[in-house]
Amino acid sequence: MTSHTDAIWQVLEEVKDPEIPVLSVVDLGIVREVKQLSPKAFEITITPTYSGCPAMDTIEKEIEALLREKGYECAIKTTLSPAWTTDWLSEKGRKALEDYGIAPPAESTSDKSFLTGEAKEVKCPLCKSTSTQLISQFGSTACKALYRCDDCLESFDYFKCI
Amino acid sequence: MSTEEALFQYLIRLGDNALILGQRLGEWCGHAHQLESDIALTNVALDQIGQARNLLTEAGRIEGKGRTEDDLAFFRSEMEFRNNLLVEQDNGDFAQTIARQYLFDVFQFHLLTELSRSSNEFLEAFAKKSLKEVSYHRKLSSDWMLRLGDGTEESHNRLQQAIDILWPYTAELFEMTEADKVLMELDMVPDLKLIEQKWQAEVPSHLEESRIRIPDTKGYMARGSRDGHHTEYLGYILAEMQALPRSMPEAKW
Repeated sequence: MTSHTDAIWQVLEEVKDPEIPVLSVVDLGIVREVKQLSPKAFEITITPTYSGCPAMDTIEKEIEALLREKGYECAIKTTLSPAWTTDWLSEKGRKALEDYGIAPPAESTSDKSFLTGEAKEVKCPLCKSTSTQLISQFGSTACKALYRCDDCLESFDYFKCI
Repeated sequence: MSTEEALFQYLIRLGDNALILGQRLGEWCGHAHQLESDIALTNVALDQIGQARNLLTEAGRIEGKGRTEDDLAFFRSEMEFRNNLLVEQDNGDFAQTIARQYLFDVFQFHLLTELSRSSNEFLEAFAKKSLKEVSYHRKLSSDWMLRLGDGTEESHNRLQQAIDILWPYTAELFEMTEADKVLMELDMVPDLKLIEQKWQAEVPSHLEESRIRIPDTKGYMARGSRDGHHTEYLGYILAEMQALPRSMPEAKW
């Protein structure tokens, strides 16, 4: 049984976030559970990053299509609880984000300062300077904020910590 | 009133608030004074629409008559909507949109904080999820309140005018109905008097810090949404929002 669900997790690594194509849905932490229903059928539980994330429908369809192509059947279940958190981003995912030019979340959500809006050190993904400033709480997608580096002067996306 | 009926009414109220505010904010797409504000307002709209989808889907499920989120959003008429009068008010200028957002964000933040402890499984999960988003909305709008209110003479005057227009619509946010009573007994929803206290402890002092005074409404505060009585704005919003699905009900994405 375990090896079968492992194989599905492997396949899911190939499904990328349509808006951040360097991240797989597994790296993002939106796949919560893979359950085997029968030898070739699986139930995949996913959770949205944000309530209105427009990528969810696409992600669902891509998971279904890819698993079907590999000869599996699947049912997709969406859950709101527990609520998605950036703490679920994998180490590999955080590294991939930075290499892609998006600063990964700077802190853990167990530190509640993100709610009070206290400034955190956000490192520029291009020149690695920590002398950066927030330009806008909201960036190109719901999950990102816009920052600017005071050293290299480039603006960059920061993956918000929630 | 049965629990299911009370829950349906409550979910419709929350869902309509999110839907109508999301629709209003969406009107800003491509029109804000700077790209960052344009993106911020439409991101908040997206969160609200996402929340509305979750709420209306659950309302349809609880009702048990097979109505989907789309049926509830697009095939109800004005008097069947239960959103608060505040969220349907005109966008006006940027100051008026920010003022409306701020007054509502503080309300929504405290309501969701309490709903995170709901004995109802859906409300608890929904509130915990949405609270993360609304925390960012509240940060955005309260920052702008300070910046506009304590900014230039022009921005200050515009924000003051916005608060003068919107203040009379704030009291009915806290009005309770039979549905609230039924659900409060079951620890599913908080007493809105408690939310009002938290709102009152936060909003007037932030307005003062923003150099904005609370208008004297001479005791008059608007009401009506709990009975489906709306301001003239809602009809226009629905006409635009519902025109396509009503003229082509079979249309699919």
